[in-house]
Amino acid sequence: MAIADWVLPVIWAGIIGTAVTMYVILDGFDLGLGILFPFARTEAFRDDMMTSVAPFWDGNETWLVLGGGGLLAAFPLAYSIVLPALYIPVFLMLLALILRGVAFEFRWASKPNHRFWDLAFSGGSIVAAFSQGFVLGGMLQGIKIADGRFAGGPLDWLSLFSVMCGCGLVAGYGLLAACWLMMKTRGDLAALARRLAGRLLIAVAIFAALVSLWTPIRYARIAERWFSFPNFLFLWPLPLATLALGYFVRRWIEEGAEFKPFFGVIGIFLLCFAGLAISSYPYLVPPSIDVWQAAAAPASLKFMLAGVSVLLPLILIYTGFVYWTFRTRLGPGESYH
Amino acid sequence: MQFDATMLSRWQFAFTITYHIIFPAFTIGLSAFIATLTGCWLWTRDERFHDLARFWTKIFAISFAMGVVSGLVLSYEFGTNWARFSVVVGNVLGPLMAYEVLTAFFLEATFLGIMLFGHNRVPRWLHFLASIMVALGTATSAFWILSANSWMQFPDGYEIKDGIVYPVDWWKIVFNPTFPYRFVHMVIAAYLTTAIVVMAVGARLMLAGLYRDHARIMLKMGLGLALFLAPVQILAGDEHGLATAHYQPAKLAAMEAHWDSDEVPALVLFGWPNEKTERTDYALSIPHLASLIIEHEWSGHFKGLKQFAPEDRPPLVPVFFAFRIMVAIGFALVGLVAWGAYLWFKRELDRDKLFLHVAARSWPFGFLAIISGWMVTEIGRQPWVATGVLRTAAAASPVTATEVTISLTLLVFVYGIVFSTGIYYINRLIAAGPAPAIVHTPDPGMPSRPLSGATHAAQEAAQGHHV
Repeated sequence: MAIADWVLPVIWAGIIGTAVTMYVILDGFDLGLGILFPFARTEAFRDDMMTSVAPFWDGNETWLVLGGGGLLAAFPLAYSIVLPALYIPVFLMLLALILRGVAFEFRWASKPNHRFWDLAFSGGSIVAAFSQGFVLGGMLQGIKIADGRFAGGPLDWLSLFSVMCGCGLVAGYGLLAACWLMMKTRGDLAALARRLAGRLLIAVAIFAALVSLWTPIRYARIAERWFSFPNFLFLWPLPLATLALGYFVRRWIEEGAEFKPFFGVIGIFLLCFAGLAISSYPYLVPPSIDVWQAAAAPASLKFMLAGVSVLLPLILIYTGFVYWTFRTRLGPGESYH
Repeated sequence: MQFDATMLSRWQFAFTITYHIIFPAFTIGLSAFIATLTGCWLWTRDERFHDLARFWTKIFAISFAMGVVSGLVLSYEFGTNWARFSVVVGNVLGPLMAYEVLTAFFLEATFLGIMLFGHNRVPRWLHFLASIMVALGTATSAFWILSANSWMQFPDGYEIKDGIVYPVDWWKIVFNPTFPYRFVHMVIAAYLTTAIVVMAVGARLMLAGLYRDHARIMLKMGLGLALFLAPVQILAGDEHGLATAHYQPAKLAAMEAHWDSDEVPALVLFGWPNEKTERTDYALSIPHLASLIIEHEWSGHFKGLKQFAPEDRPPLVPVFFAFRIMVAIGFALVGLVAWGAYLWFKRELDRDKLFLHVAARSWPFGFLAIISGWMVTEIGRQPWVATGVLRTAAAASPVTATEVTISLTLLVFVYGIVFSTGIYYINRLIAAGPAPAIVHTPDPGMPSRPLSGATHAAQEAAQGHHV
């Protein structure tokens, strides 16, 4: 195999990984706000929660389009196997994203009769997060393939494990959102967010621990990856760092720190993501299709890489600029208008 | 018709993409219109332009949101429902779609935040720049997706190894032969449709006696642009038709219901193409005219349907009728804008009740023409999903008919709610009209965003408190 043929798919796996990570973090707190909606007792709270993300949600969701479009472009084989296998959770997610996405506009347009769109935003966010958990769980537990095509049944993704992944993501996104509100709002809403953040952190810790124990016990290849010699010599700092960061985030939440909890939780997400990547490597579709088998033609990967190396930094710059423009904390009832 | 997973997936894709195209078509035009209005305001300092820019931005926000969420579905349907398609042509079409995301989607989605909420946070020029970026993003998106679609119509710059398409020449792939025609035709369609909508809203407010100064500006701006674009669109469509004759003769034969290659093609104004008897029933036609239009010759010839094996012909009835609907609307719009131009010239544009009534009801016609045109081009491509490369029947995913039935049912249900609600709110915003800006005092009780200001006005209007 020529060097380029080996390197290009790896670079592209990195790019898709970056897109998915960006999506999980950015749309994570975005969806998380919908997950926390039932805990917001007053309409003023709900108004402030939506206002805090209104300028960003479109951009946040675009990372999901890049994840999907990028997977098709860089790893068409993986795209063609994973999506039919996860047909039902993918459509559940898309439908939920439609309802909660239009709620950003419709909720304001329908005031004072906006109860339905409150429900749509909240329910849509919860269902979308849960479906993403099904997708994650469905992929981790492996997809049945024959002859380069998906060969399983329509409900293969449904298992206790994928339900647990769903609960984990709902808790994780909720935690991100609570920390976002600690950073972006003041007064009673920030205080509520702080209380919720403390509880959600515990829930996230429990689910992360369950996944970390369950996967190596159930799947020999994952146990082999983590516990064989010399792998564990290099890998043990990862779970340890996650634990330590969890401890610090707990303290920062208790102190009511402004930025630290949000970025700390992002750190926890990144570490968990790295853990999942280590468990699955080199498979893109566990347990049989690896990064190189799934990759598009080298000519296609090169053609796109030329664009990505210029455009992705540019996108990050202007995304950063928009977040900077709307960087201030919101007081109760305040808005960006 | 057999309702297996493939057929259901075709219905689902047709449904989701028909619904989707309405919004990008509108937001391509509207974003450019809003950028123009903002520019006019900065240039002339005339506050009415500012009012109008804010008014249309509220409508844009709702339309754009519906476009984003319905587009997201499409980017996953290629995998959920058309897995084989993704594998066979992914090497070529994947990069075009990835470029669309990278150059267009992020640009529009990100700068939209500044466009909608940046009024008091960024300098005016930057706000103006953001609206230009959004307009640029929507047009760039059209560039890439039409390139991808046109490649499917007539693939170029590729080779096939082991049944999989590999890129050979990216220039030929991106600028494939039918792409320039389709791109020009579609972008004009988007701007023309929006111009008609703007004119219709102006006419409606004029009739209601609301914001007459603003309404007059909309009437003239909408009509002025349409006056130029409606005839140009006929020419662009004609050129596009010539390209179809050259590259997709089976589609053209279906559009014209032309059966025998030996006969000089007549222009069939009306009829019912009968696939069994291989003739057009109840045909009302003008001899020689199709030859004149397509070949620019009195007794020219182009291929008839009989020259294609029945399994290589597209479904005739939808292609035949959709084409006639599109063309009829195209000429009707030319007639409408000509009438408007005559009244404008006589300085009676804002007084002629009949014209204003007709204009106010003309808003859906651009959308209908766009949907019909896409039906011609997409159904006319059948039985291929990528002409000569992959048949639609071989492109589907290994999913069950039950799964597709469930997703299609849910999509129809959710889109039904979202679409009718969106139209309802847009209609309410239009009824309220472009209320002049309230002088800004940073008061916590102020409406929290552009929409809610509009809503307030809309509610007052609904309760009969005209401003």
